[in-house]
Amino acid sequence: MPGPIKAKYVEKEHAVVDGVDISGHWNRMFEQRTIFEYTPELIEKIADLPNAESFANCYQCAKCVAVCPVDVVGNYGPRKLYRYAQTGMDLTETPELWLCTTCANCLRVCPKEVNMVKIMPAAREQAILDGKFVPPELQQAFENTAKSGNPLGQPQRKRDAWIQNAGVPIPIIKDLGRPVDVLWYVGSYPSYHPRGIDAASAAARIFTALGIDFAILGKEEKDDADSQRLAGERGLFEMMTEYNIETFNKYEWKELVVTGPHELNAFKNVYPKYGFERPVLHYTTFLTRYLDQLKPLLKHEVNVKVTYHDPCYLGRHNGEYEAPRKLLEAIPGVELVEMARNRENGYCCGGGGGVMWMDSFTQKHTKMRLSEKRAMEAASTGASVLAVACPFEVSRFEDAVKSTGNEHVTVNDILELLDKSMRGEQ
Amino acid sequence: MNIVVAIKHIPSIADDLPVKGNNVDFDSVDFVLNEFDEQSIEQAVLVKEAVGGTVTVVGVDLIGELDNVLHLALAKGADKAVKITADEPGADSHMQAKWLADAIKGMSADIVFTGVQASNDLDGQIGPMIAAYLDIPYIGGVSSVEVADHTATVNKEFAGGFGAKYAVSLPMVVGVQAASKPPRYAPISKVRQIAQTVTIEKIAPSGDANAGAGLSFKKMAPPVMTGHAEMIGGSYKEVETKIVELLKSKGLV
Repeated sequence: MPGPIKAKYVEKEHAVVDGVDISGHWNRMFEQRTIFEYTPELIEKIADLPNAESFANCYQCAKCVAVCPVDVVGNYGPRKLYRYAQTGMDLTETPELWLCTTCANCLRVCPKEVNMVKIMPAAREQAILDGKFVPPELQQAFENTAKSGNPLGQPQRKRDAWIQNAGVPIPIIKDLGRPVDVLWYVGSYPSYHPRGIDAASAAARIFTALGIDFAILGKEEKDDADSQRLAGERGLFEMMTEYNIETFNKYEWKELVVTGPHELNAFKNVYPKYGFERPVLHYTTFLTRYLDQLKPLLKHEVNVKVTYHDPCYLGRHNGEYEAPRKLLEAIPGVELVEMARNRENGYCCGGGGGVMWMDSFTQKHTKMRLSEKRAMEAASTGASVLAVACPFEVSRFEDAVKSTGNEHVTVNDILELLDKSMRGEQ
Repeated sequence: MNIVVAIKHIPSIADDLPVKGNNVDFDSVDFVLNEFDEQSIEQAVLVKEAVGGTVTVVGVDLIGELDNVLHLALAKGADKAVKITADEPGADSHMQAKWLADAIKGMSADIVFTGVQASNDLDGQIGPMIAAYLDIPYIGGVSSVEVADHTATVNKEFAGGFGAKYAVSLPMVVGVQAASKPPRYAPISKVRQIAQTVTIEKIAPSGDANAGAGLSFKKMAPPVMTGHAEMIGGSYKEVETKIVELLKSKGLV
């Protein structure tokens, strides 16, 4: 692959521009670049892909680079990708293809609506279909999802094994044999990851204490595969979507409540294209409805300073910034402090867009993990708890507080903090 | 070149193996493609891409779910898929080798690839037995294969980090340890398209099941834990000192 062609500078004793001598001591100027040396082919190659049309809209203003979380820890950004493509980079065969977390902060500021959330999955899909390099860890997550129904590669029949130790009975909708108010989609990490199980168990106890009529799918639940779609595996996403929609429609329920923002995004924003249009709520939005009933249950003081990390797929992608904060403020003793980058400008944890499963690959192309940068930001607020609302984040940030020497910061899902206040220290 | 890949569908060991009576509880375990067969499919497709020909993948359908695996192999570059409809989840390698060899006999194969071993049959005999039934040479522990002029140049791995290069005349059977490149990824859209359009050839298993190893299971139980990892506690300095002492006491430094 030819590398990007860089403009050369020249150093002249005397520089005369349009008859005016602008010489200084060792003046340096860039030679006028000849735009005609470049071909638009590699930009067109991307912009011709379905959903990636807006790539060609870029007019190089670079507002995106200023807010790109990857640029903070490396050298990246949509504007740069456009420029590299202009000067010889084929996006489908470069490491840059895999660094974008689809956090959508660039789209928020882009005056030309260049939408990397659509462009990157389309370019990645093309790379996969063309048999180009795909990070091996990502391949593994794809294969696990196709084979086992979850990216962790855990057995499907153990999907509801966690409910044994939740401390409250958790009904499986198939066994219940009647309609329920709430179908709770637990999600893969809350079903299998030890720290995810902590959050899921807390959710079950909270729902039960609030008297909510809920049930889960149990062994019938499979991954939403939204992050796999964003990583370029649309076929896999469609296969999982067909299964999930059929499973959701087998039972009678009024609302679908999800633990994770990525599931929210899939079921609420993408599934309608596949014929599924039902009410879907993230647990934070759902629980704020019960604030009046919840507050008297929060008996124990949790005396900590807490900072909250906005998940990209709850905040920017779905506009929910206040519900998580309302829940945290309802906990007696909690002092909520904000990181400098919050809400619409929240910094990405680095796990979106399938980058969750490319950790050792992206490590080679950035100075530090996005989660490490964010953990340092959290620590700098003086908070002792970093509260999260996305199942990807607990494990990411727990590693990051350790690797950045901030072990004094505890990472908790909001569910765990509510549960702690409800039951006291266990 | 007629390239044939003989594959095995085996109980997944991603989780504790469920035991029922004196054998694996085949009803409550997932079946997966033997991981060495993933390597052997890749090696077969690489050879095809280098010298031309067709790749035929053949396997014994033990539980009626082999189609998924065959579709995946086709998506990765195989041209034809054949399944031996046995419906015998407990069929051992010896039995499967006989059925596979009988199926391969009619294929006039120039080269037959198998995984060097499988986690449910660690004697690694499926390749040698197929070779014996077909009366052609076998070479196992292979980490790369190149074919030219009806001769294969094969890298074979030995213990202790040694390797050797062999030139073998075709036809032969190869037991693949690892393909010369990591197995490629097959996009699901391609796999699903193949699943809708391709017909898998079905062959009945030849003869009765007497070709088996002649072994019978008396008892099956999870292994008894005999040792455990020792966690070294204390400050970094203390841990460091203990590790150095330990390495010295074992004569490693």
